[in-house]
Amino acid sequence: MKIKETIKEKLGKKIISWEEKSSRRIYFSVDKSDVYETVRLLFKDLGLRFSTASGMQTPAGFEILYHFSFDQAGELYSLRVEINDKERPEIDAITPLFPAAEWVEREIWEMLGINFKGHPNLKRLLLADDWPDDKYPLRRSS
Amino acid sequence: MNHELKMSHKIIVPIGPYHPLQEEPEFFQLYVEGEKVVDIDIVIGYNHRGIEKICEGKHYDQIPYAVERICGICSSSHPYAYVLAVEDLLGGEATVVPERALYIRTIIDELQRIHSHLLWLGLAGHFIGYNTVWMWAWKYREPVLDMFEMISGNRNNYAMFKIGGIRRDIKDEDVPLLKKTLDELLPALEMFRGAVMDDPVIQARLKGAGTLTREQAIEWCVVGPTARASGINMDVRRDEPYGAFLLGAIDWNVVLRKEGDVYAKTLVRIIEMQDSVNIIRQCLKKLPKGPIDADVKDIPPGEGIGRVEAPRGECIHYIKSDGTNRPVRHKIRAPSFMNVASDKVAAVGGTISDATLTLAAVDPCYCCTERVAVINKQDNKKIMNGWDLVRLCQEKTNKIKEGMLDG
Repeated sequence: MKIKETIKEKLGKKIISWEEKSSRRIYFSVDKSDVYETVRLLFKDLGLRFSTASGMQTPAGFEILYHFSFDQAGELYSLRVEINDKERPEIDAITPLFPAAEWVEREIWEMLGINFKGHPNLKRLLLADDWPDDKYPLRRSS
Repeated sequence: MNHELKMSHKIIVPIGPYHPLQEEPEFFQLYVEGEKVVDIDIVIGYNHRGIEKICEGKHYDQIPYAVERICGICSSSHPYAYVLAVEDLLGGEATVVPERALYIRTIIDELQRIHSHLLWLGLAGHFIGYNTVWMWAWKYREPVLDMFEMISGNRNNYAMFKIGGIRRDIKDEDVPLLKKTLDELLPALEMFRGAVMDDPVIQARLKGAGTLTREQAIEWCVVGPTARASGINMDVRRDEPYGAFLLGAIDWNVVLRKEGDVYAKTLVRIIEMQDSVNIIRQCLKKLPKGPIDADVKDIPPGEGIGRVEAPRGECIHYIKSDGTNRPVRHKIRAPSFMNVASDKVAAVGGTISDATLTLAAVDPCYCCTERVAVINKQDNKKIMNGWDLVRLCQEKTNKIKEGMLDG
């Protein structure tokens, strides 16, 4: 199955940018409103394995990279989504698509304060129960 | 032990969070009806140290020291995945790292796999009441740790990895002792493999326990032996070769089973150990002379992702650099993060006596026998304690033995 071609064909204009940093590292970005459908394409239709997701603070707000692995070819497809809202960052959760995402999104939420809409179990994963609600450890201001 | 439990209501069996035998505490709440586990709540984070945040304040060469200490058992996987992430940014391990260093990296990585799997094997033996397996597995682990001490100066936390190569060379005069240790390990590994494959009691005990189906393994995105035991054909060493594997110089096979139960997971790990001995032997044979360090100075702006096949599965690190001497972001995802979550489906449907075995079968970086209490939810009375639960696990083996003798 031609993964790169299928992604480009199915998403079309939804792809904002596409960069192949090497033969095994493909980074492409979509608008945050398209994240659910894109992840469904990658996981359910193309059968890629969800490796993890990394959230990060950026000058404009936040960014999440969802890393999907195509094990047969040893390629990583990193879906980049920007959340340009510093006050109330939020995005659709992908946990409803597959359970493996639950812990990953919980971690990003508690570390960066990004709300995952539709997440079935958004509660503390790694931080203590009495950690203050408004302090997000991975934010620069903390 | 009191067998008078009237199981007409759900009982919570908390397993956790601290126990002297563990490396990383976790807290499992098993919801039990009668003998069956019907749900499980997993609470982690007791040992969260904020290493990602720490790394944002360290410069690139200080980070291996920090990430090495994420886990004491797979102490080479994290620094290896980290340096691979930075080398990915720089153009890839193949273009940056000298050949001799590639072989030594793989030797360290495979030695680590052997000692880690032997540790797990001992624990699994203990849980099912085969304490002789426990003693022998850990006895044969000692020479492997001695080899680490010889090569790196330390039994755990080897400080061998740096961006662009490795920190210490393997001396020529040490190679014969390394070969001898491997030669002496093989008969023991063959004995373990024989024991698991031929002993009818072990088979009856482990087969069908803690099964993770192929579909569940995909839905929970598990990795490593946990995935391969359920028929998922993945191994970073083959999928995205690194170290000596990217030279195409090593002849080896990915170990796959279909059953998804503890028996399959055990067999995968034992055969992997035998393969690791083979891989190290090939590396020692082909080890070329030459430099071990590319002496990388500056990290330009960019992003990189590195991953290795740790004993527990894919360990993946992501680095974002802005050209200064510290990373903007360092994301770490250890294999157990995906595997432990899958206990939600693997332990459910099984019995309490299989619970400790199932939770241990994903090889979470610790011994999961915690201080356990079985509490009657209605009147908060403690019925069993932690040691009872391990004893339950061991007693089931005895019952199977007795059943076989009665024939």
